[in-house]
Amino acid sequence: MNTGTNTLILDFEKTIFEIETKIESLKYLAQDEKVDISQEVNRLQHKLEKQMRASYSNLSPWQKSQVARHPSRPHCLDYVYALIEDFTPLCGDRCFADDEAMVGGIGRFQGTSVVVLGQEKGHDIESRVKYNFGMAKPEGYRKAKRLMEMADKFNLPVIAFVDTSGAFPGVEAEARGQAEAIASSIEKCLQISVPMISVIIGEGGSGGAIAIATANRVLMLEHSIYSVISPEGCASILWRSADKVKEATEALRLTAQDLRRLGVIDEIIAEPLGGAHRNPAQAIERVGESIAKHLKELMAQSRDELKKRRTDKFFRMGRHFAESK
Amino acid sequence: MNWLSDFVRPKIKKIATKDIADNLWTKCPQCGKMLFNKELEKNDFVCSGCDHHLRLPLNRRFEMLFDNGEYKLIALPKLQEDPLNFKDSKKYTDRLKNYRKVTGNDDAVKVAQGEIGGIVSIIAALDFGFMGGSMGTAVGEGIVKAADIAVRGGYPLITIAASGGARMQEGILSLMQMARTTAAVNMIKEKKLPFVSILTDPTTGGVSASFAMLGDVNIAEKGCVIGFAGARVIEQTIREKLPDGFQKAEYLKEHGMVDIVVRRPEMRDTLIRVISILMHQKPQISQLALENHKE
Ligand SMILES: [Zn+2]
Repeated sequence: MNTGTNTLILDFEKTIFEIETKIESLKYLAQDEKVDISQEVNRLQHKLEKQMRASYSNLSPWQKSQVARHPSRPHCLDYVYALIEDFTPLCGDRCFADDEAMVGGIGRFQGTSVVVLGQEKGHDIESRVKYNFGMAKPEGYRKAKRLMEMADKFNLPVIAFVDTSGAFPGVEAEARGQAEAIASSIEKCLQISVPMISVIIGEGGSGGAIAIATANRVLMLEHSIYSVISPEGCASILWRSADKVKEATEALRLTAQDLRRLGVIDEIIAEPLGGAHRNPAQAIERVGESIAKHLKELMAQSRDELKKRRTDKFFRMGRHFAESK
Repeated sequence: MNWLSDFVRPKIKKIATKDIADNLWTKCPQCGKMLFNKELEKNDFVCSGCDHHLRLPLNRRFEMLFDNGEYKLIALPKLQEDPLNFKDSKKYTDRLKNYRKVTGNDDAVKVAQGEIGGIVSIIAALDFGFMGGSMGTAVGEGIVKAADIAVRGGYPLITIAASGGARMQEGILSLMQMARTTAAVNMIKEKKLPFVSILTDPTTGGVSASFAMLGDVNIAEKGCVIGFAGARVIEQTIREKLPDGFQKAEYLKEHGMVDIVVRRPEMRDTLIRVISILMHQKPQISQLALENHKE
């Protein structure tokens, strides 16, 4: 479904793409000439799988960053519309504006009423502009805070889909208190007494991400990244050179595998072979299964436990690692 | 367990002599006036020419705020260093060593206990001189420890921010300190104890977007820079023209983000008023920090 002409081909995917193209053209030829191509297609499919397995089981952190930002990767609203029944978007921070970069609303997840949050990046130029490339402004974080309060009041679990390069850096955002808005959103995450599950589905960019990821369970797709600063920002500050982005990406330890080892996330969700962008439906299904499992566990906890365990978990961040090493 | 160590007596005459000895004058970074260090010291590190507030050592900061300049430093537990084994042009461990040598501190935070207007209080202060006051696990630990002592003792918590943001060399663990320090100040709030956040130059990035913006009362030092995104990032990536006074304390107050902007010499009196009112106590104002702060 993603072999259209607009698809971005990552450099390490060239061989994969070549085989995919060969298979497609064989199939196309076969339609006209009615020759038996099944053996050749089978052989190529095998080769393709082998190649994908080889590439994708061994992605470098920089390659993972590229996959995490792949434009065809399923985005927040793809998950929301696939996994949430009766999704009803709710708008506004009741103060200044509605921020479309921050998705928010209510709906049902497998029959359970929930509040949904997340950053939407958009899938083409028009929608990317509409969603401000997934970079929320203060009103976005204040909307998130407002909806978390609602979740707490009506005893609704919160499910957040994190996918942002970061909070929006602009004059207006600063004037309206970006720092305060993020801080208050983190604070609200810690104050609510309902289950909160955050899934890093693509890019978890710094403060803009943790604002809705201070959760009981933080899940991460296999090739997602989550970092205190973008690899590009880190390279330009610490290496003073944009060319050092690969080194910076390695040093930051921003892959799901690194974060699991550091105790920062709770589970890695396996992506379909060749990445979530090759099979969005399967990626979304797996995310749904993982959320269901964790939600079930969390719903067995009391309101007090949910809040206390969430706080305790973040109290241990960094300290925990020191003791366990 | 006893957190208190190093009872510190005020050293009115001896302060920072090692920095000053070979360097009698400091140039004001704002107006360029040459300031005699002894005068600058007496003047709370405020420029006599343009009233610019220069950065100052943490011990001076503590002496200025606590009664009679007396306080006790609280020992902080040591954490596993360099959790990511980080190296850019230099090893992170080497950077740490270097900053420890230069500042004499373990990391960018110090926690002190003492009386302010007769009210026992805890102050956690960040040191911009230590890797730009950046927040890694050690700074997080300092804020958590300070909050913990304040909660146990029923004391107000005061944080003094001076930080460029998260410590990149600790990667995701530094980002997690935003949640961790927020959890810490939440603990204070749940006990209904006052949390006063003092913001000094600069308070940006992950520090401004966590505990520093969450005070019951936010007090900013005159002229300091406060913001989330760096001004240069905004100018370069978004290509927006920055308005006059952008991200300055006064701008933040105008936009409703801080309650009070004060000159450094008035910080102590302001702090005494705020915490004594919130604690329903009459301040013992006869206890002055240091005599030269009264005028
Ligand atoms: Zn000056």
